[in-house]
Parts: sequence; structure tokens; C-alpha cells
Amino acid sequence: MAERKIRVLIAKPGLDSHDRGAKIVARALRDAGMEVIYTGLRQTPEQIVETAIQEDVDVIGLSILSGAHMTLFPRIMQLLKEKGIKDVLVFAGGIIPDEDVPKLKEIGIKEIFGPGTPTDVIVKFVKENAPKRA
Amino acid sequence: MFDKEKINKIIEERKRWESTTVPKWIENRPEREKEFHTISGIPVKRVYTPEDIKDMDYMRDLGFPGEYPFTRGIHATMYRGRIWTMRQFSGFGTAEQTNQRFKYLLKEGETGLSIAFDYPTIMGYDSDHPMARGEVGRCGVAVSSLKDMEILLDGIPLDKVTTSMTINGPTAMILAMYIAVGDKQGVPREKLGGTVQNDMLKEFIAQKLVIFPPRPSVKLVCDVIEFCAKYMPKWNPISISGYHIREAGANAVQELAFTIADGITYVEEMLKRGLKVDDFAPRLSFFFASHNNFFEEIAKFRAARRMWAKIMKERFGAKNPRSMWMRMHVQTSGCTLTAQQPLNNIVRVTLQALAAVLGGTQSLHTNSFDEALCLPSELAVRVALRTQQIIAHESGVADVVDPLGGSYYVEWLTNEMEERAWEYIHKIEDMGGVIEAIEKGWLQQEIANSAYKYQREIDTKRRIIVGVNEYTTEEHEEVPLLRIDPKVEEEQIARLQRVRQERDNRKVKQILQKLHDEAEKGVNLMPTIIEAVKAYATLGEICDVLREVYGVYKEMIII
Repeated sequence: MAERKIRVLIAKPGLDSHDRGAKIVARALRDAGMEVIYTGLRQTPEQIVETAIQEDVDVIGLSILSGAHMTLFPRIMQLLKEKGIKDVLVFAGGIIPDEDVPKLKEIGIKEIFGPGTPTDVIVKFVKENAPKRA
Repeated sequence: MFDKEKINKIIEERKRWESTTVPKWIENRPEREKEFHTISGIPVKRVYTPEDIKDMDYMRDLGFPGEYPFTRGIHATMYRGRIWTMRQFSGFGTAEQTNQRFKYLLKEGETGLSIAFDYPTIMGYDSDHPMARGEVGRCGVAVSSLKDMEILLDGIPLDKVTTSMTINGPTAMILAMYIAVGDKQGVPREKLGGTVQNDMLKEFIAQKLVIFPPRPSVKLVCDVIEFCAKYMPKWNPISISGYHIREAGANAVQELAFTIADGITYVEEMLKRGLKVDDFAPRLSFFFASHNNFFEEIAKFRAARRMWAKIMKERFGAKNPRSMWMRMHVQTSGCTLTAQQPLNNIVRVTLQALAAVLGGTQSLHTNSFDEALCLPSELAVRVALRTQQIIAHESGVADVVDPLGGSYYVEWLTNEMEERAWEYIHKIEDMGGVIEAIEKGWLQQEIANSAYKYQREIDTKRRIIVGVNEYTTEEHEEVPLLRIDPKVEEEQIARLQRVRQERDNRKVKQILQKLHDEAEKGVNLMPTIIEAVKAYATLGEICDVLREVYGVYKEMIII
């Protein structure tokens, strides 16, 4: 039986338009054989969670560089919880100060990748941590 | 430039050198790479000689500084007369906080202001819009109404400082507020000096801070250019920007080509409005990035000036030399800054700034070393400004005009950049122009491809970034970070609500209706927008009226 490809949603919450990193990660995951959906810019937490449900993704990657992560990430995680979505791997990247990282991990974001992270590291992380589904 | 016989002799000698001295030397000491390339992928030879620029004609291709084709600089004496303008982009938190930062920078010797707006402002939302949640005052200052602009510019004499405002979608509204503050200070509009970025094409291509669809967006850009051409002779109504194109991932050749293609588009649009080229072209200004490859950047600046001069003179028939001047602002490249070992960024910025100066820029922003981590702290901003001052006053590079002119390599590379940029411009024109290339997604795809290629080079260590993929250290460099107080959002929203209560709401409604009608008619909207901001109509309200008439832009998803 063919294994189900890992389905990933790369999402850009917030108003900033720095999408270089998000697009590079999307492409690297796609090149690694995953199915990648990219939301485009300026998605509200509600829109992101809605897309994640509709696209039935295994993984959500959030990218933000505007500094609004401490407002928007908790909102996204809360909405996922409210919708009863538990087995989705969530990771994030962008300009996120070190001191915010523990708080974000506490609310369920598995890993935060800062600037300069090689794409191979992210690919490996997703492969190893994506929930196994039939 | 060189006589034929001497060139032939050089060619002969070069061949001899390549078959004797070189192989002998590299036999035991191979070169580091099989092939060397610039970031744009231009192959770099071992050494350059007169052979590589044998077809160059000094007067045709270089000329003298301050004279056509301005390759060596737009002014006759360049920095021997006046050092470039040191203009540090800043803005964060509330209008009060940014106003204090401005006063600090002016006291420290900065000669011009540069305002960064927060994302809600840039997107034409008031601070209390649901999309603004968590973003107010984060990456710039929040300006929702004239009230904020009055506080922002409090105590700053607008007839003495020049102000650059990084604003695009809502340029007309923000410029209207600036004009209104000038009116209140008693400074006539013809004395206001500064720049608005107002380049929507590069937004669609690269930065994507977009409110309306491409065509009405370009229409608003041209409203501002036209208004300034008539009433604000000291204002730069547009800064045609390669910076964001580069930051989004383009290489140097693409940055050069796409920026010039945008410039051509704006000139054509203005000519369609019936203006004469010399009526507006002298106030067009440009904005480029300065990235890591030192000589490629210098060549890019020089090629850009020569290309623009030729386009304005030969294609558009400009007569006024100022129409042929490419006046440029340069910012060191933000995307080259690393979060790892942040102090190394001071060195990167220094080299990039030096390239901009050797390239003949008119003004310069140097990035702060902590910007891959957060907004710059006061310490980091000071070091960045000091970097420019050291280049200006200690290095001696400002004492001579275009010191690299005549370098075989730099001249060859300047020619090469120009040639390759023209290939791109022709490709865009064959597609029907910039707007069509945007609508097809072609420009966006070109940039995404380059960005991915660059990242893969780093991932596979074909490109070394110190502290990131080589010379890494576990040691953590502690740098003090600037944090934005979440109270900023509350304070800003409270002020905005007071403004809405205290103004004459009937008058606001009337003016907004007039704006709606004029937008439908397609007339120049600047005068009515000035009227609206003076009545304290908010940025969001004005943009909403235009959203209704023009529609909103839906991003094309390209990865």
C-alpha cells in the first residue's frame, strides 16, 4: 500500500508580508515529497484553522516576522483545541525572540526555527515528527 | 580607449601567462573553486585587463561626474561638496515614542528623518480594526488620523528637515496628513522637502503590501506624482524601489532590471496624463539595496545611473539634465543579517555601506546589528549611524569621485550588469509590460526561484555565511532587545476613539461621499484627501471608501 504523503499547511498569520522564508520552506518540503498548501499572506487565525481542517493536514507551519506572534499564535492554538484538533504537528518560524520560545512551546508549538535554519533541518524535523496516519 | 596594437599585445601576453605562469602556480595550489560567480551568477575571471573593456569609449560610457551619462556620479564634486544624507529609517510604538526617537537622532547628527509605519497603517487599517490585533506600533509607528501625525512631528520644523516616509498603498492619505501639519506650522507646500515611497509596482512584484488591484493602485501613485509636480517642487513623490525586490530574493541583475522597468512604466503613465517629461522626471528618485557581493553592488549602482540617463534622454526625449539623474537612496541589505553572532552584522553593514558610497549614493540607511532579532535598540542604531560617519570622515573614500572608475573589473562588471538587465527588460516588454508580467505572476516566480536557489546554496555550503553554516559557535551573544509594550495598542486605540468623538462627524461624512464620487469619476484625489484628513477622517475610513470603488487585491499564490 502506498504510504500517505505528509500534508503540510504553511501559513502566514499577521499583517507582515515577509514571505521569503515561508515560501522557501514550502518549496523545500514539497521537494522532499510532501504535499504542501501555502495560504498566502495575512490570514486570520480563524482562516488558518479553517484551511487546516478543510485540507486535512498533518502539519502546520506558521511564519511571522511582524512581532505579533504572542497575540496570534496562542489564538491559533486555542482555536485548534476548540475544534478538537489534537494530532496536528505545529511548528513556527520568523523573528521570534528567545525568551518567547518556552511560552510558545508550552502552548503546543513543537519547535521554533529562527533565521538561518537550513531547510534540511526543517524537512528532517517534519518527517520525524509528523503524526503517522493511514 | 586603448589602441588596437596594445590590446593585441595584452591578449598575446594573457595567453602566455595562462599557459605558463598560472598552471605552474596552481599545480600545487589549486584554486578554491572551479568557477567563481557573483550572486547574480555572473562568472568571474581570474583577473581583468584592458582586453575586457577594449570597446569602451571613455566619453560615451563614463564621461565626467555631473555630466551625461552620469556613470561616475550625478554631481560634479560628489562627497567633496556634501557628504551623503545619513537617513536612518525609524518608527515604533506610539507617535510620542517615535517623536522622541526623531529628536534623539537629530541631536546625534542625523540630517533627515525617515518614518516607518506599522502594518495596520501600511495596509490602510485603523488601529482598532480586527486585522490590526497585535500589530499596532510593532514594526513602525501607528498613524490612524491627523492627530497621530501632529504628535509625531511635534517640535520638528518641516521647513528645515526633510522627511522620507515609507508608505505605499496609503501614500496619498499620509502625504495629505504631512501637508496638513505643514499648513498648521505655517510652512508653505512648496517648501516641504522629503520623499514618499509610493511605488506600488514593486509591492505587487515583491513586498505585497497591497490594498487595491494593480491598475487603481498605479492611478493613485500617479495622482501623487501629478500633485507634487504642480505644488510641491521640493518633494520626491516616488522612490522607485529595487530594495524590496532584492529582499524578497531577487539577485542584483533582477533588482536592477525590474526597478528600471518599473521606472519606465511610471514615466509612460505620467506621459499618458499629458504631462511633459521634464515637468515630473527631475523629482523621480530610486531606492536600492546593498548586498554582500561588494563589486557587484558597486557595478549595479553605476550601471543603474547610466541606464536611466540613456532611457530618459534617448527614449523619452528629456532635455533637462535633472530628468536624467538617477538620484538614489541605498539601504544595506536586511536579509543578509544573521541572528547568529549578531555583532558580525556590524562588519557586513560596513562593507555594504562602503559599496553604496563607492557606488555614488545620495543617501544611505545602515541597518542595525540586532535586526534579525528585533527592532533595533538605541545602542544598535547608534553603531549603525557611526558606521556611516566613520566611512565619511575617517576612511578618505569621500574625498575623491568614483575612485573605482577605470578598474578593469568594475568597468567590465558595470557593462555586464547593464547588458543582462536589458535582456530582462526586453523580456518584460515583450510580455506587454510590468503590469502584465505581474498579472501573469512571472516576476513573482522569477524572484521566488532566485530566493530558493540562494537558500539552497547556503544549505549545501556552496555559499558560506559566517556564523550560520561555517564558523558557528555554541556561545550565545547577548544583545539587549527592544520590546514593544503591549499597552501601546490600548493607548493608540483610545486616542483614535477620542478623535472620532471630538470631530465634526457630519462634515467627515460629506467629504467622504465627495471622495467616493471623485474616485468613480477618476479625477485626481489629492485635494479631497487633504480636505478629508483635515476634518480628521481616519486613514481606515478613507481607504474603505476607495476599497468600495476600486475593490481589493487578491494575492496570487506562487511558491
